[in-house]
Amino acid sequence: MTHKSAAIIADKLTKLYGDLLAVDGISFQVDEGEIFGFLGPNGSGKTSTIRMLVGLSRPSGGRASVLGYDLPGESSQAKRYVGVVPDSSNLYDELSARENLLFMARLYSVPRKEQNSRVDRLLQDFGLYERRDDLFGTFSRGMKRALTIAAALVHEPRLLFLDEPTAGLDAAAARSLRRLISGLREKGMTVFLTTHYLTEADMLCDRIAILVQGRIVRIDTPDGLKHLIQDQSLIEFSFRGDVSALLADLQSRLEGGQAALLDSSRIRVYGGDPPRIFDAVFQSSRESGIGLESASTIRPSLEDAFLQITGLSPQVMAADKGSGKGSGVGR
Amino acid sequence: MAKVMGKVREKMMEKMMWQDQMRGVYHIAIKDMKTYYLKPPAISWGMVFPLAWTLAFYLRNPGDFAELVPGLLAMTIIFSTTAAEAVVINFELRLGTLERLLLTPLSMTSVLLGKVLGGFLFGLMMTAIVAAGAILYLGLQPDIPGLALISLISLMVFSSMGALFSLSVREVFEAQTLLNLPRFLMVFLCGVVYPVSALPEGLQLFSRLLPLTYTVQGLKASFFQEQGAVLAWDLIILFLFLILFLLPAIRLLQRRFS
Repeated sequence: MTHKSAAIIADKLTKLYGDLLAVDGISFQVDEGEIFGFLGPNGSGKTSTIRMLVGLSRPSGGRASVLGYDLPGESSQAKRYVGVVPDSSNLYDELSARENLLFMARLYSVPRKEQNSRVDRLLQDFGLYERRDDLFGTFSRGMKRALTIAAALVHEPRLLFLDEPTAGLDAAAARSLRRLISGLREKGMTVFLTTHYLTEADMLCDRIAILVQGRIVRIDTPDGLKHLIQDQSLIEFSFRGDVSALLADLQSRLEGGQAALLDSSRIRVYGGDPPRIFDAVFQSSRESGIGLESASTIRPSLEDAFLQITGLSPQVMAADKGSGKGSGVGR
Repeated sequence: MAKVMGKVREKMMEKMMWQDQMRGVYHIAIKDMKTYYLKPPAISWGMVFPLAWTLAFYLRNPGDFAELVPGLLAMTIIFSTTAAEAVVINFELRLGTLERLLLTPLSMTSVLLGKVLGGFLFGLMMTAIVAAGAILYLGLQPDIPGLALISLISLMVFSSMGALFSLSVREVFEAQTLLNLPRFLMVFLCGVVYPVSALPEGLQLFSRLLPLTYTVQGLKASFFQEQGAVLAWDLIILFLFLILFLLPAIRLLQRRFS
């Protein structure tokens, strides 16, 4: 592991809450200027890791440094150069958009002469200038999220932590925010992004760490992750009825293949010998009386790589924090 | 030479960081004043409530109203400082806005001091209005430096007490309810309306354990020009109460984020 130009270094970082091991000795490095994705289902330890890296909680073990400052001892120095967008838009409802940003600028000791110009520029960049004097409490969810990101940028940080930036947003607002996040990379900012939207991670991240039960199970580029299953067959079957109960039976018939339920009527099979897989599925369909609607081979996506690596289904991720609020994967 | 320069730079950085912390405390207090304190609920608890109580006692015995002024001021101090403290801490913990403050380079102590300073400044405004009104209306001639000193330290003590009680519980309503116990207990036992000397001996001893006793005593000393030693003693004891409330409050806040 080289420490040259590292924005974040975590070495055997561990977090215990009583007897619960939330983060289990993870090690990784984020280089300056990259967008690093931290991907995992709810409870995998993403937020616990972020809380340690931004100085909100003390590690139970291991070491971490942010922008060369050791944590937790030098966290107040590190915080000067770090912006954080938490998973909830937590600015002040009673203050206007402009007042919220000015308040944050003052807390970060932005030079007095620059405060107004910086705040106005951010409001313009985020398309909120016309609403600058409106109270934060009156904003839509997407506007609140945009202003929360703007608030994290007011002191021009070198490193930005984004925790579920598009959770709960409608498709248009999510797309707009993703464009803004892409723009940050062009400005040379390092971004540490946690998300449970696999497509979002695929679109934005230079590298992705996959976290399951407090452990990093894989770190690679999105293409590298997809390449892991490039040589395998991927076949998706759609049925005319609910096949959830058939999964275990089907799995026992697949030699070398792995079946995953995408929703109640769709199954995806990874690996194995395609002719045998088709035979097994047709047989299962006949025996159960649930008709087969379609079958198609598909190109592997990050979702497929994720499933292969973690053994979880994309639905486990989609059922995460944003469930019921946003449209999740594929937005 | 390089070593010396390095040390000078380090000292300058430390000074800058200290100044930034103080500025942060001030900005948090001003923001809290705007968002929480200068609102009808805080004003009614901080000013209308003590005035209504005093009016009730005045109507019963209009002749001795001047004697009620230290008690009225003490009540204004305790109710105004604690009026929104429960809200500014517990409400912000729930909304996550307090966490946002802790993401800035400010230390936990500075964030808590900002919250305490908000209560202090609001209390100062309310107390100054009530004190000026009473002094002008009744033509009183208090020892102004003594009055200012005892009021300022008391405002800090009770604002810190509000912060401590707020951090002891999770919900805003729990904090409000919990704070009512010491507030009303002190109004009855600390000489606000009844002299401590008129209480049974056991309660007199108990009242010595309550900070408002020293506020009322100090205010009486400054209004009725009693000996300076009394005031100095009250100031020292109130300072000890300030530490007694502030340090555990900081510890409780740290524990919430440990």
